[in-house]
Amino acid sequence: MDIVSISNLSKDFNGFKAVDDISFSVQEGEVFGFLGPNGAGKTTTLSMLATLLEPTSGQATVNGFDILNDRDNVRKSIGIVFQDQSLDEELTAYENMDFHGWLYNVPSDVRRQRIIELLKLVELDDRKDDLVKTFSGGMRRRLEIARGLLHEPKVLFLDEPTLGLDPQTRNHIWDYIKKLNEDKHTTIILTTHYMDEADRLCNRIAIIDHGKIIAIGTSEKLKETLGGDVITIESPDSKRVIALVEKLPWFKSAKEHDNLVTLNVVEASKNVVELMTLLPQSGIHVQSLKIHNPTLEDVFLHYTGKTIRAQEVDASDAMRMRHRMFHRGKR
Amino acid sequence: MRGVYIIWLRSLKRYVRSKSRILGSLGMPLFFLLLLGFGVNPSMKMAGVDSSYFSFIVPGIVAMSVLFVSMFAGIQVIWDKQFGFLKETLVAPISRVEIMLGQTLGGATTSLIQGLLTLVIAFLIGGGITFTLTGFLIALVFMLLVGISFTAVGIAIASRMEDMHGFQLIMNFVIFPIFGLSGALFPISNLPSWARFLVYVDPLTYGVEGIRYGLLGTADISPIVSFIFLSSFMLLTIILGQYLFKKIKV
Repeated sequence: MDIVSISNLSKDFNGFKAVDDISFSVQEGEVFGFLGPNGAGKTTTLSMLATLLEPTSGQATVNGFDILNDRDNVRKSIGIVFQDQSLDEELTAYENMDFHGWLYNVPSDVRRQRIIELLKLVELDDRKDDLVKTFSGGMRRRLEIARGLLHEPKVLFLDEPTLGLDPQTRNHIWDYIKKLNEDKHTTIILTTHYMDEADRLCNRIAIIDHGKIIAIGTSEKLKETLGGDVITIESPDSKRVIALVEKLPWFKSAKEHDNLVTLNVVEASKNVVELMTLLPQSGIHVQSLKIHNPTLEDVFLHYTGKTIRAQEVDASDAMRMRHRMFHRGKR
Repeated sequence: MRGVYIIWLRSLKRYVRSKSRILGSLGMPLFFLLLLGFGVNPSMKMAGVDSSYFSFIVPGIVAMSVLFVSMFAGIQVIWDKQFGFLKETLVAPISRVEIMLGQTLGGATTSLIQGLLTLVIAFLIGGGITFTLTGFLIALVFMLLVGISFTAVGIAIASRMEDMHGFQLIMNFVIFPIFGLSGALFPISNLPSWARFLVYVDPLTYGVEGIRYGLLGTADISPIVSFIFLSSFMLLTIILGQYLFKKIKV
């Protein structure tokens, strides 16, 4: 059964297309990942599904309810953990949970029992009566995830659940998410710009860039589309490397990025030997060379021609972001 | 209605926990009572004011406490917006009408408590004020009307503001004029007609007059007129607050 179904959904902000005609569906019980750089439209899509933003055009249903005409039922069906914190710091962990339970009309005896149970799940039960302002970033995020589950939603939206957390806490949160999905059969839709996170957690992944979905499928399927192995060469003469390799019969495609060249080739382990003799012969200096199976990073690079790393937002993206912030400020 | 209740309860919990806010909000009323009540009192006697000036300004200072605290409580919606908590309530299956009403009643309740604390202080330092239970209840009703109205005004303003930068502006151009023109510190009857006009368009005037009627038994404006005017103002501000709060985007 499709728990979330989206068709031709778009969102314009004063002429800027944040989400551009996307369609896909998510099945019940799936962990579905939305992968893309900052400003790609992930959060906007989530906000529309959570009824916080009205789409400019297109339709979507969550748990069978229309996001425009049946908001209350959509809201009852979903839990959401926002990218930015949304806890009340002046209340205790328990009170934050209790407040949520009231809002979602969870009966008081069930509420009490579930709060304790969920706080145990995220290992915060010993801190339940402490004010949230004394909590670390990881603890807050865990509390928010627990809170999002209190009304037993059919779908849990997680917007960058591990952003800004240290690696150990990230691993922790991944484990919780996995456990939730297995124990409670909650459908989970998460956005991330961490490749490894998407790869480890998600049954299926949609890669989104500039508001458009450019590829969708399981991690394996996406990697198979590259159809081969990847050789990464670090060289100051990256352009000459490409010029040289392009003529070879086992070459499929290449992407250049700073002084790194990513080659998509067949049977890399065999053909790399030829490469190793060809490059020095042409006088190209190679600093390092690496063969590996394709990762999602390579898939992303293949489809968009750039890497996903957030700090490498190019000029036009930076402008889009500023545009977005500016108009968010004005609204 | 459960949404209204839980949001009201949250406001109260936050208020009780912020001891510094409670004490801080008592500073200004205390200052006014001591300075004006005792400093100006003797000179006003000479000018021929019949009751003591101290007891004259007590209702005005109580109204001031309610005004400041309620306005600030309303504007605090900005913090909720900035710190993200507002999102948590906006995606919940309750209407924005409930959220806004909960916030309004929460702010009104805290400002009422603050007004009562001011009254207790005035009692302790001044003495000489005696009022009946009925009078006290009348004063309480007017305090509540002032509290609800100005929390709603605060929410309306907060709905249009992005951050707290504009707060000083509101302090100087909204809150202080409302207080200064309200007849909290001077009798309306002695004013020239142009000044009286300004006092009559200030909604707080009717709150001060109502509270003064309750506590002192006399007022320049009939308490019934004050009640009708102030309740209408309250309805207006709630409608305005609702309208602007509905348009908040996060």
